[in-house]
Amino acid sequence: MAGSRMKLEFSRVIQGRSRLGVLKGLGRNGQDSMEVPGCLLYTHFGTVPHLTQDTLHTLSNLPSVTQVTLSNIAEHQEVLEEFKDGFRKFAGLHDTLLYCSLHDPAAPCPTGYTTNKTVSVWGSGGRIELTVAKFMALQKIVQPDWYQSMADGETWQNNTSRKRVRKSVDRTLTHLDECLVVHQNSQELDGVEVFGVVEGGDILEERVRSARETAKRPVAGFCLDGLQTGSMDQTLRTQLIAAVTKELPEDKPRLLQGVGRPDEVLACVEAGMDLFESFFPFQVTERGCALCFDFNISPDPERAVLELNGGERDTAGETQPNGDHNLDDQTQMTSFEIDLKDKRYQDDFRPLVEGCGCYCCKNHQRAYLHHLLVTNELLAGVLLMIHNTAHYHGFFGALREALANDQLDLLKDRVLRGRGGQTERKE
Amino acid sequence: MAAVIECGADIDTTPENHMSLKKTLSSASPLTLRIVAECSVTKARACDLVLPHCTVSTPVFMPVGTQGTLKGITVDQLEGLGCQICLGNTYHLGMRPGPDLIEKANGLHGFMNWKRNLLTDSGGFQMVSLVELSEVTEEGVKFKSPYDGKEILLSPEKSISIQNSLGSDIMMQLDDVVSSTVTGPRVEEAMHRSIRWLDRCIAANKNPDKQNLFAIIQGGLNADLRKTCLDEMTKRDVPGFAIGGLSGGEEKDDFWRMVTLSTDHLPREKPRYLMGVGYAVDLVVCVALGCDMFDCVFPTRTARFGSALVPWGSLQVKHKQYAKDLQPIDPDCKCPTCKRHSRAYLHALFKSDTAAMHHITIHNIAYQLTLMRSVRQSIVEGHFPEFIRTFMKRMFPSRDQYPSWAVDALASVNVTLE
Repeated sequence: MAGSRMKLEFSRVIQGRSRLGVLKGLGRNGQDSMEVPGCLLYTHFGTVPHLTQDTLHTLSNLPSVTQVTLSNIAEHQEVLEEFKDGFRKFAGLHDTLLYCSLHDPAAPCPTGYTTNKTVSVWGSGGRIELTVAKFMALQKIVQPDWYQSMADGETWQNNTSRKRVRKSVDRTLTHLDECLVVHQNSQELDGVEVFGVVEGGDILEERVRSARETAKRPVAGFCLDGLQTGSMDQTLRTQLIAAVTKELPEDKPRLLQGVGRPDEVLACVEAGMDLFESFFPFQVTERGCALCFDFNISPDPERAVLELNGGERDTAGETQPNGDHNLDDQTQMTSFEIDLKDKRYQDDFRPLVEGCGCYCCKNHQRAYLHHLLVTNELLAGVLLMIHNTAHYHGFFGALREALANDQLDLLKDRVLRGRGGQTERKE
Repeated sequence: MAAVIECGADIDTTPENHMSLKKTLSSASPLTLRIVAECSVTKARACDLVLPHCTVSTPVFMPVGTQGTLKGITVDQLEGLGCQICLGNTYHLGMRPGPDLIEKANGLHGFMNWKRNLLTDSGGFQMVSLVELSEVTEEGVKFKSPYDGKEILLSPEKSISIQNSLGSDIMMQLDDVVSSTVTGPRVEEAMHRSIRWLDRCIAANKNPDKQNLFAIIQGGLNADLRKTCLDEMTKRDVPGFAIGGLSGGEEKDDFWRMVTLSTDHLPREKPRYLMGVGYAVDLVVCVALGCDMFDCVFPTRTARFGSALVPWGSLQVKHKQYAKDLQPIDPDCKCPTCKRHSRAYLHALFKSDTAAMHHITIHNIAYQLTLMRSVRQSIVEGHFPEFIRTFMKRMFPSRDQYPSWAVDALASVNVTLE
């Protein structure tokens, strides 16, 4: 790999940590770019859950990079091999970059199936074991713009032993070296970028070793694995990220796997992360909820008056506090969303979020969404996914704007305030 | 031409008619039927049906959006496919979210944000088919709510009151539905009762200036009963007629004869709606027999099981044989699904996401609507019989596979198939 074309150009770095910039040189022609902090477009086999291209493209400002996973793709190796033109064309995606990861961040897979030479992914037909050879054969037929190197990421559970963590770091480095050898000898992968995977569980020294060693390899960027929501609290996560990023070169992007909650995203950006996966809006959709947290920091005189008068925000009183203390269960509702199955929305003729410009909010009311959910109608998933995707990507836009204008604290205050208010009410 | 009413003098005086024959001269119903073209060979016709929300080109297939939504498709997508009228089910919507809430949301149009026309059924059919504990009396249909177990009476007045709350452009009378396979005195009773209920429905309609009430011809598979029903109902001043009680598992030979008998006696200047019919062959044949409007859950329901409708029948996307098939479902189809996706991708997507169903649903609605547009065009251009022959040739691999009922039905309207 004669030097990666992918390059991060910063417009601003705050306190040596939060990074605002543009990831350039993307795509096989090197012409595309994406802003960071940013997130990828989450999909099932190239399709944003519930959405067709028509409904997806009611959304503007979609991320330029789409994430696909080998857990979806591996079982279709044969047809893709025959197709020859890569996954993007196979899936009817014309205008997006493709990032291929190993696992689906919203579908944690069972542990206990990795060996020295293999990792396993779970598709609709069950487990598929991947060697480096098979893993690389898949990359060659998928033809992504960039992919995550093969990794042993089974150290996220509590009480994983130091020995097991060390083994995962060693294996992951070995997989990376083997992937790179195949990569460099594959014409099909010319211009495709590899992200090395940083493992190390919750053990600081192993994290540092993994980062330091991975950084020595010719990778375009880094995936931080094993830090996902549910595996540890944010304090420890922040510590580990801070230690890891110190070992990584400044100009290469860092993708954090498995973290999507807005409060956690904010903390991780502050700790130096650049890229996230957008599985969170999907999870919110699946539980029949709508994202409603406030991220608006543009000055708005009317709003300021409202606040002076102690006016309560529209949505603050409606979110139900739970989930925050339940680290293990990602299916639990968080305080960033409202549960539209709740009876109180039965005759609520307001949009999901007042002022939201998404197709759902411009055309439908909470009462209708409530009806679709209680009658189990498929359109509920479609409309919620549209709104949640719009809201979540809007949040990332606001995050970049806040970094540009030195208003990160203000944004944090906005995003977290609903939660503070919760606690008060609860007590 | 607005509904022309012949009335007054020769009202027949069977006992059923004494009730409330509310015949007024030239009531201004919110419906106009303009006959654009009539086939010179068959009974087919192409019309513009002007309804409160937009003009509908007939013959028309109306997709069914049972609970105020068309199975995973947004109203914009449905509009994009050219749909001008779709259905809502009174029974389901009356239960959840209920007429009061829908009224508050400015009717079903407002609730689901659908800008074009809606037709609602009476709720009676679901009652009989879905609810086990239902009892039909002169008063109405009595049943137990599946949601809270409460006993509910769906009377003609109640059905219309709910449909008035829904605000549909076309409402259906409550009829006494008997399975088309039942014979004997029950069928006759149901036919007469349906006539009495029609009068009660007409009287109960609070919005005759905004909502059209259609009568439903009953009479089972008995030609005499059908004829009696036709005679009676056509005396009423209703803006349109449906042919009911068919498409319920009866022999196709009986089915088409009842359809053609009905269209023979229905007034030319009013729309004719054949309920529950949606298979492509049935549509084409029944257009030839003179029907204008059709509805069926089949195209959307079958889509969710991976069955895509094509000019040569159907294609089971989930079957293994399509796993590596890189063609679109139908290479000639112009729908958003066929323009972008291959059979192989859709086959694989069925294993990963529900969006696969939406793709097929969109395709199937597009298929139905395109079929009807082609039928209409051929009627307008004067070559409908030729269209039928080409259609049948494409649908069936050989002449001997043509269903005999379709051959007979078409022969009855002067179309012979080679």
